[in-house]
Amino acid sequence: MRALFAFLSGGLFGAGLLVSGMVDTTKVQGWLDLFGDWDPTLAFVLGGAVIPMFFVWRLTEGRRPALGGFFPPKPHVKLDRSLAIGSMLFGAGWGLAGLCPGPAIASLSFGGLGGLVFFAAMLAGMLVAVPIRARLEAMPRPA
Amino acid sequence: MIEQDWIMGALGGLMIGAAAGLFLLANGRIMGASGILGGLVDGSGKDSWLERVAFLAGLVLVPILIVPIYTVVDTHITSNLWVVIAGGLMVGIGTRIANGCTSGHGVCGISRLSPRGIVATLYYLLAGGVAVYLFRHILGVI
Repeated sequence: MRALFAFLSGGLFGAGLLVSGMVDTTKVQGWLDLFGDWDPTLAFVLGGAVIPMFFVWRLTEGRRPALGGFFPPKPHVKLDRSLAIGSMLFGAGWGLAGLCPGPAIASLSFGGLGGLVFFAAMLAGMLVAVPIRARLEAMPRPA
Repeated sequence: MIEQDWIMGALGGLMIGAAAGLFLLANGRIMGASGILGGLVDGSGKDSWLERVAFLAGLVLVPILIVPIYTVVDTHITSNLWVVIAGGLMVGIGTRIANGCTSGHGVCGISRLSPRGIVATLYYLLAGGVAVYLFRHILGVI
């Protein structure tokens, strides 16, 4: 059952990424291009996704997931170096190539060679991140 | 941008939100693409591997079913493979260091009013804007 609902959720996510235009690198780069011909489409995508999820989070209060287990605990507020460095590196790569992880996976079947190369590089990056993350976390916090 | 673009954007966004809501309410999981994939790549998520593989299978297979009835299927990704490789590496490393991407920090984090999700989103939007400005308008690479 868990796998079935995971499959359905992944499928709906993929369909949404396709319909919304998130898989189109020109739309993504157009949205990030504040000083050029700015394309606000992605604001509608983000808004469309965040608003229903806001209400879903309210539904989780005092309840448990339908298939058992617990809802993820709210992480304590830790605005650390890893979050800042990682997010900036991710954003720069997103701007450069125009794909973030979800659309990179969703477009595997039709993204051609460029899409496959991006996906392979992203997987390599995820492996490279393991020792980097360990190092960042071991570093003393700046006074 | 034409009017149809933002209607499709909002509709697709609602579908993304519904997918995240389903995954949370049914499985009790945060729908974060980089975390679901990354946990398989580095082995940190091997306890929930089946759920992860099933999610990724849906994410890859359903677009194949939709593509024939949907016209805009080109990612328009650049043919400059050096740009593609650099972008992929940065996205892979960055999302795993930050522990989230557009779906986990953006969709799930902002909607939970999580300070980490909101701050991460500000950082990656800012860096993305700077990258497009630099590589498009100054260097002319993209």
